[in-house]
Amino acid sequence: MSLSTAIRDVADVKVVDLSGRITLGEASGKLRSTVSELLDAGATKMVLNLGDVSYIDSSGLGELVSAYTTARGRGCTVKLLNVQAKVRDLLQITKLYTVFEAHTDEAEAVTSF
Amino acid sequence: MTDARKVRLSLQSTLDSVEAAELIVQRMAELNGFDADEVHQIGMGVRETMANAVTHGNGLCPDKAVEFDASIDEQAFRVSVSDQGGGFDPENVPNPLGEFGLLAPSGRGLLMMRAFFDEVEIGSRGSSGTRVRLVKYRTKGAGGTTQEEDQ
Repeated sequence: MSLSTAIRDVADVKVVDLSGRITLGEASGKLRSTVSELLDAGATKMVLNLGDVSYIDSSGLGELVSAYTTARGRGCTVKLLNVQAKVRDLLQITKLYTVFEAHTDEAEAVTSF
Repeated sequence: MTDARKVRLSLQSTLDSVEAAELIVQRMAELNGFDADEVHQIGMGVRETMANAVTHGNGLCPDKAVEFDASIDEQAFRVSVSDQGGGFDPENVPNPLGEFGLLAPSGRGLLMMRAFFDEVEIGSRGSSGTRVRLVKYRTKGAGGTTQEEDQ
C-alpha cells in the first residue's frame, strides 16, 4: 500500500492526514515533498495525523525526523496525532518519543501550539 | 513455495526485493506458528536488513545480487543476507540514541534489527561484502503451545 496525503486547514494549523505505509522509496519521498510544500507556503504549525499509518520503517522514521528538524529550522513546529500501537513501539525503541509531541485528540493537538 | 520452512534466493538490488523478502518471511512465519507480533517483528527486521544490503551494500547496482536464506526449525527463525558491497564496521555506526544520532535522518536500521531479533551477527567480508545473520527464537512451540506448556 502506498502513502496518500490530504491537507486540511484547522484554524491556523495545517493538518496532514497520512494513510498507508511510510517506507523506503516513494512513500518517504511523498512525505518529504508534502512537508516541503507546506513550509514553502509559509506554514508555522503542522500536525501529522498518523491515524491511518500502520507501518513505518527506519527510512520513514528518518523522514519524520527530517520533517521535524527542517520545519524547526524554518520556524515551523511539527506535532504528531493518533500514533498507532506499532508505530508508537518504534518511537519508544528509537527514543523519538522524546523528540515528538504526540496527541490522541485532534482538537487538543490544534490548540496545543 | 514448496517448503514453507526453507527459502534460498538470489535477489536483485532493488526496493522490490526488499518488499519481496519481507512478504516471504512474514508468510513463512505465519505458516509455522509464530504469532502476529512476531510475524511483524520478523518482517520488519528482515526489511531493515535487506534495505541495508540493497542500498548501502550494493548501492542499488543492477550487477550486484543479494543472497537471501531463510529457514525455520523447532527452535528458531534464522535469516542470512549477504551483499556484494564494500563491507562496513558496525562499531563505526553512530549511536542513533545519542545526542547527535537522535535527530539524524538515518542510522536506525541496525537498532531495529537488534530490537526485533534475538541474535544479530554482522560479518564484514571486506571487498566481498557483508553477511548479516539473524535469529529469532520461538516463544511458542511449532504447534502453537508455549515452551513451558511443552515441558
